[in-house]
Amino acid sequence: MMKKTMRVAAAVLAAAMMTMPLAGCGGKDAGTTGGDTIKIGGLAPLTGEVAQYGTAVDNAVKLAVKEINEKGGVLGKQIEYISYDEKGDSQEAVTAYDRLVGDKVVALIGDVTSKPCKAVAQKAAADNMPMLTPSGTQEDITDVGANVFRTCFIDPYQGKLMATYASQKLEAKTAAILYDSADTYSTGIADAFEAAAKDLNITITNKEGYQGGSSGSKDFNTQLTKIKSSNPDVLMIPVYYSDVALIAVQAKAQGITSKLLGADGWDGVLEKIDASNQDAVSNAYFCSQYSATSTDEALQGFLKKYKETYHLDANMFSVLGYDSMYIMADAISRAGSTDSDKIIEAMKATNFKGLTGTTSFDEKRNPIREAIITGFDGGSYKFIENFSVGA
Amino acid sequence: MDFFSQILNGLGLGSIYALVALGYSMVYGIVQLINFAHGDIIMVGGYMVYFTMVSLKMPVWVAIPVALLVCALAGVLIEKLAYHRLLTKGAPRISLLITAIGVSLFLQNSFMMLFQSDPKSMPVMFMNGMIGSPGGLQVNSATLLNIAVSVVMMICLQLLVNKTKIGKAMQATSEDAGAAKLMGINTNFIIAVTFAVGSALAAVGALLYCNTYPQISPTMGNLFGLKAFVAAVLGGIGSIPGAMLGGYLLGMAEVLTKAYVSSTLTDAVVFGILIVVLLVKPAGILGKIRKEKV
Repeated sequence: MMKKTMRVAAAVLAAAMMTMPLAGCGGKDAGTTGGDTIKIGGLAPLTGEVAQYGTAVDNAVKLAVKEINEKGGVLGKQIEYISYDEKGDSQEAVTAYDRLVGDKVVALIGDVTSKPCKAVAQKAAADNMPMLTPSGTQEDITDVGANVFRTCFIDPYQGKLMATYASQKLEAKTAAILYDSADTYSTGIADAFEAAAKDLNITITNKEGYQGGSSGSKDFNTQLTKIKSSNPDVLMIPVYYSDVALIAVQAKAQGITSKLLGADGWDGVLEKIDASNQDAVSNAYFCSQYSATSTDEALQGFLKKYKETYHLDANMFSVLGYDSMYIMADAISRAGSTDSDKIIEAMKATNFKGLTGTTSFDEKRNPIREAIITGFDGGSYKFIENFSVGA
Repeated sequence: MDFFSQILNGLGLGSIYALVALGYSMVYGIVQLINFAHGDIIMVGGYMVYFTMVSLKMPVWVAIPVALLVCALAGVLIEKLAYHRLLTKGAPRISLLITAIGVSLFLQNSFMMLFQSDPKSMPVMFMNGMIGSPGGLQVNSATLLNIAVSVVMMICLQLLVNKTKIGKAMQATSEDAGAAKLMGINTNFIIAVTFAVGSALAAVGALLYCNTYPQISPTMGNLFGLKAFVAAVLGGIGSIPGAMLGGYLLGMAEVLTKAYVSSTLTDAVVFGILIVVLLVKPAGILGKIRKEKV
């Protein structure tokens, strides 16, 4: 049901975009490139299976462009954002990228999902096109070229972050891991957590896998029995919220008292645990890139504006898309030019405060930024603190 | 100590398999039909508990009879609407099997429409926590409850089948439906009762399932039902103690594989058991070879 409405909404939106006169056309004089506007390209799945991610990013980028242009644009020019639907497909994404090159864009915001993102990155690397993906989490996307950056955390980073948090803030000496061995998100975080924990002198007592998925295991008593007998200080569960709900309740029933840790897949877990069982996560912490309950004024302002504009709730993808556009605009203005090399150099020196925190890039062009640690208080999420590995 | 806990985990999981396997076995025993929609009866039971406890906010003692009655009724309705004509007209087995798969898909999709496809969380039903026992051993109360209930259910079912008139009529119908009819047994009624009892046992399984693993979804009966079917085949399809034994053994095989071999191999072991049983002892551990009636 939901999916269908989203798809229809995406289709309508895409159609509207085609007919809309391209925004911006500031009357300012030509700058270094000779055009009236600075063209920035966008790639996102606006129809198809993953359309809800694509529209969330695309909508938010447009909101950011509108704001930037209202404040006078970049380098004295208006930004012209041209985005194409790539339907979540690598082939379509590459074709759409070629169209953007034909449109003479100076930089690219996108792609949204990992697979087409990697395909586009390979072409963009050959063209030396400054590229910033808001949400492509697959680790090797940025390995393709020095022009490829990303706004979102990569999955393994969260494992490292939580291991550091466990060591520094929870004073953990022993840890166990329970993860979905059939899921790359989960194995990625689990492996990174394990590696980081070893560096931090945390002993890994157990690393237990299970087979997840829609017809996957619902019985975790076996793994939890093993974990319980080694009684670790923390139990890391880097899986998605439906499974977390089941695991946490069974861990409580088994009498496990270890602190539970998780990653951004935990967002939404409370909605999946009945109120009578919610004490199962009373002693749990997870990290995320942003928290809708944060008291940050800029973030709350964005969430409100997004809802007013699109009549939909913004999600993590929207927040990342919005920040991506601002990071790119910031780099272009610091570069003082729309020359690719200068933009890429400026991107590397990024130190930009956005909705997700202050972002800079490491040598692999992945973001360095604080994560939000969220805990639980009764039946609600509770902001604990901002935390970064460097802290 | 750990090993003993794991054996208990296996028995707890196996108890639920056993309760569901009983339904497969009973229905097969009486009409030689593998009722693939039986696994989805657990799902129906789960949603009935959810509906009474979460949507209507009723206590658990209301949810128990609701789940039992609705499941029994669903079993009878499925028999009357989907299978009855095929059974009485002597349709080929394959038609029955395909109908059963159709019923299973129908149930899953209608519950997806009624309750959405995302998993629903269940409230605390009975006890589910650790209780200490002499020797410092801690046991999960839900596991103990599962084992106790399954044993009591099997004893009740044995008494029903062997000591009551209906039970004897069931045995007669199972042996030779035509002859039973000539002896004045209302075989249609007996078949309906068999479906009702089998489905009610699946409802009991559903109650225990929801208490142990508090999450339900429209497709939860798929794999679970299939494993219960393997348990029925392992123990000897058509045999009541066999279904129980098959359930316990399967639960233990699953848990011990997970604990001491590899969690990724669990399902491979379960279905490997099915293949080995079919090759080596097709009648199952306690099953009797039936002569095909030509």
